[in-house]
Amino acid sequence: MTRLLRDRRGAFGAFVLLVVMLCALFAPLLTNGNPAAQRDIVATRFVPPLSSDVRGEFHALGTDRFGRDVWTRLVYGARVSLGVGAVAVLVSLILGVLIGAVAGFWRGPLAVTLLGITDFALAVPRVVLLLLLAALWQPSTVLVVAVLGLTGWMSVARLVHGEVRALAARPFVEGARAIGAHRLRLLGSHILPNALTPVIVAAALGVGNAITLEAGLSYFGLGVQPPTPSWGNMIASGRDVLVNAPWVAAAPGVALVLVVVACTLLGDALRDVLDPSKQLP
Amino acid sequence: MLARLGHRLLAAVAVVLGVVALTFVLLHSAPGDPVALMLGPRATPEQLAAQRQVLGLDRPLPAQFASWIARFAKGDWGTSIAKGRPVRVLLGAAWPATARLVGLSLVLSYLIGLFVGAVQAARSRSRTDTALSVATVTLFALPGYWLALMLVLVFTYWARVLPAFGAAGLDSDYLSGGAHLLDQVRHLALPLATLTLIGIGGAARFVRGAMLETLSQPFITTARAKGLTARQVIGRHALRNALTPVVTLLGLSLPALFSGAVFIEAVFAWPGVGRVLVEAVQARDYPVVMAATAVSAVLVVAGNLLADILAAWLDPRVRSAAA
Repeated sequence: MTRLLRDRRGAFGAFVLLVVMLCALFAPLLTNGNPAAQRDIVATRFVPPLSSDVRGEFHALGTDRFGRDVWTRLVYGARVSLGVGAVAVLVSLILGVLIGAVAGFWRGPLAVTLLGITDFALAVPRVVLLLLLAALWQPSTVLVVAVLGLTGWMSVARLVHGEVRALAARPFVEGARAIGAHRLRLLGSHILPNALTPVIVAAALGVGNAITLEAGLSYFGLGVQPPTPSWGNMIASGRDVLVNAPWVAAAPGVALVLVVVACTLLGDALRDVLDPSKQLP
Repeated sequence: MLARLGHRLLAAVAVVLGVVALTFVLLHSAPGDPVALMLGPRATPEQLAAQRQVLGLDRPLPAQFASWIARFAKGDWGTSIAKGRPVRVLLGAAWPATARLVGLSLVLSYLIGLFVGAVQAARSRSRTDTALSVATVTLFALPGYWLALMLVLVFTYWARVLPAFGAAGLDSDYLSGGAHLLDQVRHLALPLATLTLIGIGGAARFVRGAMLETLSQPFITTARAKGLTARQVIGRHALRNALTPVVTLLGLSLPALFSGAVFIEAVFAWPGVGRVLVEAVQARDYPVVMAATAVSAVLVVAGNLLADILAAWLDPRVRSAAA
């Protein structure tokens, strides 16, 4: 942990994510209330950033076309976007670890089938699948999480499969087997804990990816539905007023880029810190 | 080599078939009955049944799928429900635009990415490296549709220099050679810039990693010990060897690039396969969705296959390992 924070990339990534998470957590304290609140629409819409509306209320990031405060929506949107990203990645991690571990530990037709499915799923154009699933069923937050989770597990499965296979042949596993450890115990308490390093890195990178894809789906109106704010549907709503009020689309986009950069840098730093071959004396 | 190629081809065909089958099942298991939508709420059960029989929707799913495949293979891709035009005409008009956009951005982003990544690896841990790293990570993190909007804002609304929509101006048919080409290039500029900028981020990050890995190997030490200049070591020895994983990534990044193109085409109203697909999905235009999915799966799989062959051609070790 200390080594991770001593790495400039890791420190930056952790700091940004921490700040965004704290903002999302304490959203009511940092904003003036309801993200969907509309006051006098005609008088308060398109207030530019860093200025006050007619009633003297200050808007740090301006207001959108319904007179809603962009900063409030951004902070509440962080709850939705981060939540969707985190849960979706959790789903794909569980699936990926399970499939990868089984395929790596039990050889034979089962492993061949699972690996075949993984390779197949990797070759499927993900966005096409996402569009299809999201368009054919009623769009909702739960569906977005499920779809992102179900289309993101393949790389994790491949990583875990490789690690488990390599670890299963190592002497310490052979030793545990020799003293009569049950197969599930071998897998659960000897092999998997050692195979999780690349999974942690993949998770950090995956969260950024999932948040971007959620935003993409919301952009087409297929993701999180308004008036619930998510960064994706905020960008989408800013598209129509790009000329009048560019800040409506710009603010959530900047937030999104910042979070994805933080995830990527944290993932890079984690990989270097967790990789024993790069631990210099 | 031939046997391996045959094996890969077989796997590729299986993937395409699988994707198409998956789409078929998804379309048919989704809520919403196209026949009920077609005939309206006042249709009697008898009318619904009759229409289903006419469309062949009363047969079991496998039989419907088999007949769709047979017709697709014969070149009969059906007629768009929403637009009333043959699906083949729709897609035939769309794919060159996508191929032009994706192909050009692939070449550009890898050429620039290779250069940036090589420079970074050659000056590893210098200020240049750090600055370029920050730049590539940011590019890599940019969501395509958002970057597209921002570019439109700057270049179309503020600077008023580039058009934001479509692949050609309204008057393009009346323009002569040079002006026609200029019109096309101007329309291509923003979508291409968006896709390429994002592509550079991923490519440069990967090239830097592959180059650093290669530079730590003994033959590089030997090359340096021989007294070769840094330029020779990087350009002739390291870059060539780092190229194999890059080419493989190029193939693997094709699906992502195509996915990205779907969003970009929608933003810029670029008349490509992606936009046809998005419009068809939103309108539940089943024949178009099926055909567009099949075509995009073929494109992606063919790209992967091509990258494999290219990697084998570049790297004798891969070639001999396969033989």
